[in-house]
Amino acid sequence: MGRRVVITGMGVCSPLGNTLSQFTTNLYEGKNGIRFWEELAALNFSCQLGGKPDLSEIELTNYFAKNQLNGLQSTGIIYGMIAATDAATQAQIQPSDSTNWNLGVQFGTGISGVAKFREAIYKIDESNVRRLGSTSVYQTMSSGVSALIAGKYGAGNVVATNSSACSSGVEALLLGFERIQHGKATQMLVGSTSDSGPYIWGGFDALRVLPRKYNAEPEQASRPMSASASGFVPASGAAAFVLEDLETAQKRGATILAEIVGGNVNSGGMRSGGSMTAANPEGIQRCIQAALNNAQVEAHQISSINGHLTATTKDSFEIAQWKEALGLAAADFPPINSFKGHFGHALAASGAIECVGVVQQLVTQQRFGNRNIEEVHPQIVHLVPEEKITFSSSTYPQNYIIKASFGFGDVNACIIFKHYQNT
Amino acid sequence: MEHLTKLKAIIEKYLPEDVDVASIQLESKFIEELNINSAHLVDIVLDVEDEFDIMLENEDMDKMKSVQDALSIIEAKIKAA
Repeated sequence: MGRRVVITGMGVCSPLGNTLSQFTTNLYEGKNGIRFWEELAALNFSCQLGGKPDLSEIELTNYFAKNQLNGLQSTGIIYGMIAATDAATQAQIQPSDSTNWNLGVQFGTGISGVAKFREAIYKIDESNVRRLGSTSVYQTMSSGVSALIAGKYGAGNVVATNSSACSSGVEALLLGFERIQHGKATQMLVGSTSDSGPYIWGGFDALRVLPRKYNAEPEQASRPMSASASGFVPASGAAAFVLEDLETAQKRGATILAEIVGGNVNSGGMRSGGSMTAANPEGIQRCIQAALNNAQVEAHQISSINGHLTATTKDSFEIAQWKEALGLAAADFPPINSFKGHFGHALAASGAIECVGVVQQLVTQQRFGNRNIEEVHPQIVHLVPEEKITFSSSTYPQNYIIKASFGFGDVNACIIFKHYQNT
Repeated sequence: MEHLTKLKAIIEKYLPEDVDVASIQLESKFIEELNINSAHLVDIVLDVEDEFDIMLENEDMDKMKSVQDALSIIEAKIKAA
């Protein structure tokens, strides 16, 4: 066992709100963050819905130096900086004049600055490469978001971006967790981000995995675990966490939000049913079981589960893997929720944004109910009692919450958080 | 004079937060005195091209050490156009 790792700050920039309190209230109250976008309709998308953070009330100069805002088009970088700055502020980490060799940054993303990349490609094709400007490189490099965050706080430990599709967020948390656990850093700013818009979401529309029937009823479109689930609604945003070793946090009197007790990442190897787009069931089970082993937590100690559960036909498959991996009788299966019913699937950012909700369930000792389940999918009812899914938001004792994210390429990530009692 | 005002407005966009606008003087050196990094100098050149409808060559950029250098190059280009 290495050092204990705790969370001392969180920030979120999401379709469901850009502050922790707003995001948490909206999760609890079952609010909808999915909107219809005229831009997608004009581009002939089948699914014209999406979740985007509303930045109309955000003063960007609170987050960026003024000269960083010239030509800034990468929404992923904007969301990431907002989330990371708010997390650092909550943890009382200030930008410093000197390098902080013990602070690292690990931010996940699938791709960065597609709007900027599009502009650059047009200029290059017009033989006008000389007019790209100075920010084309960092706005379109995956590690641009990590570099900007690190520059703001003078981070002098690892500064990197990880990319593992929709498991990038949970993976970033675990990379930061392990680095601190092994004594290689004392503080890590971790999280993940995802750009908004048609160039990110188009590929999924083409794959026919997004819902097509709900363009007029965006609030009903994302239906995880429901009998009428018909695909995931694409979303975007970012979330960030300050991870810290327990001793350092205690010494400086930081408020501790929760503890990370363990986790695991793996891949099903695209074998035995696994493929680019589908998961090898054994891979998922092994990932969950390895996370439990790593955390030294027994399945029966789990208070609740936050699933990947995107609202495709794979939801029942996922529940089956949870059930098999935990090895509990149906009646003892923990309550399970998915926040994608509130704001859709934020792709590379999903894991991080959803982990904020998970930690808030521990902090507030509540559970947040699922949205849009009038009728639980019959294959799920067959696996676990309906009340494990159909509960509404309420006060609820939460000690350990387990959360998983899965991604294209048959990759899996699973993390376990524990309630922390500040004395 | 009008050219200098326009040039100052462009330079201002790229000043670091800890450098005051008032420090943009004719003799100010972009990198050493105004603390503008070489990447932002590239952006200043592009903005100058747009503002004055001229084209700056790589050699022009190499010669642009101070605000006065930039102004002389701009005025020469405008005259030649």
